[in-house]
Amino acid sequence: MSMETDATETLDVKGLNCPMPVVKTKGAIDDLDAGDVLEVVATDSGSMSDIRGWADATPGVELLGQEEGDGVFTHYVEKTE
Amino acid sequence: MSTDTPNRDTDEVGPTDATVEELRAQVEDLQSQVADLETEAADDGTSMVVIATKGTLDMAYPPLILASTAAAFGWDVTVFHTFWALDILHEERSKNLKLSAVGNPSMPMPNAVAALPGMDSVATRMMRKRIADNGTATIGELIEVSLDQGVDLQACQMTMDLMDYEDEDFFDGVTTGVGAATALSRMADADVQLMI
Repeated sequence: MSMETDATETLDVKGLNCPMPVVKTKGAIDDLDAGDVLEVVATDSGSMSDIRGWADATPGVELLGQEEGDGVFTHYVEKTE
Repeated sequence: MSTDTPNRDTDEVGPTDATVEELRAQVEDLQSQVADLETEAADDGTSMVVIATKGTLDMAYPPLILASTAAAFGWDVTVFHTFWALDILHEERSKNLKLSAVGNPSMPMPNAVAALPGMDSVATRMMRKRIADNGTATIGELIEVSLDQGVDLQACQMTMDLMDYEDEDFFDGVTTGVGAATALSRMADADVQLMI
């Protein structure tokens, strides 16, 4: 299944480093509706662990998947409530 | 059992109206206490208090990175700035935070060289270039996202007075007029307390 087709919105945080990918992801999620999926495109390799940690600790969001390739890290986060 | 007092249990068929009334009042009281506790538990999200004491460019980062990230977790965050950390909140001085070349074993120069005039500026310029090249947020950006997310950035009043800083020297949204007791009362209720 291609996850891109499920994304409601894409957030480009390429070139930004900790803590901005997480902070901007949180901001973008706040603007979405329940059921929407945010695609986050980052170049910060730490974002693989950080977005997961943030999603685990934050109520109302669920990490659907993460992809890695060509120095780009893509995260799919659903706003569940 | 003593026999010289009347035995109420056998004298009466059931509990008196007064007893029933008393029990009912107790049940209602307990129900309202449970409801209060449930509300309190539901409202009581995770909270963090950071005490920031350092004002060098490198040491300005950890409190702000943790604060902005914790706010993204939905935590209630307070950063209490005291002594040199006040410069982080100072609108003018925060633009010119310096890295110390001396006493930093990670610096690619011996202390004898680092102590030469101008070396702090050299080290600071190197660090700022790395920050820019690396896509690391500036201190100004981190303050902005922290305040936007509702982080309470506090400036210790005692050290403000000590250093002759006025309320208007700080970024809009910074809390002033607070002291150790404010910090401690928040720390007592916080899940995470850090001193940096």
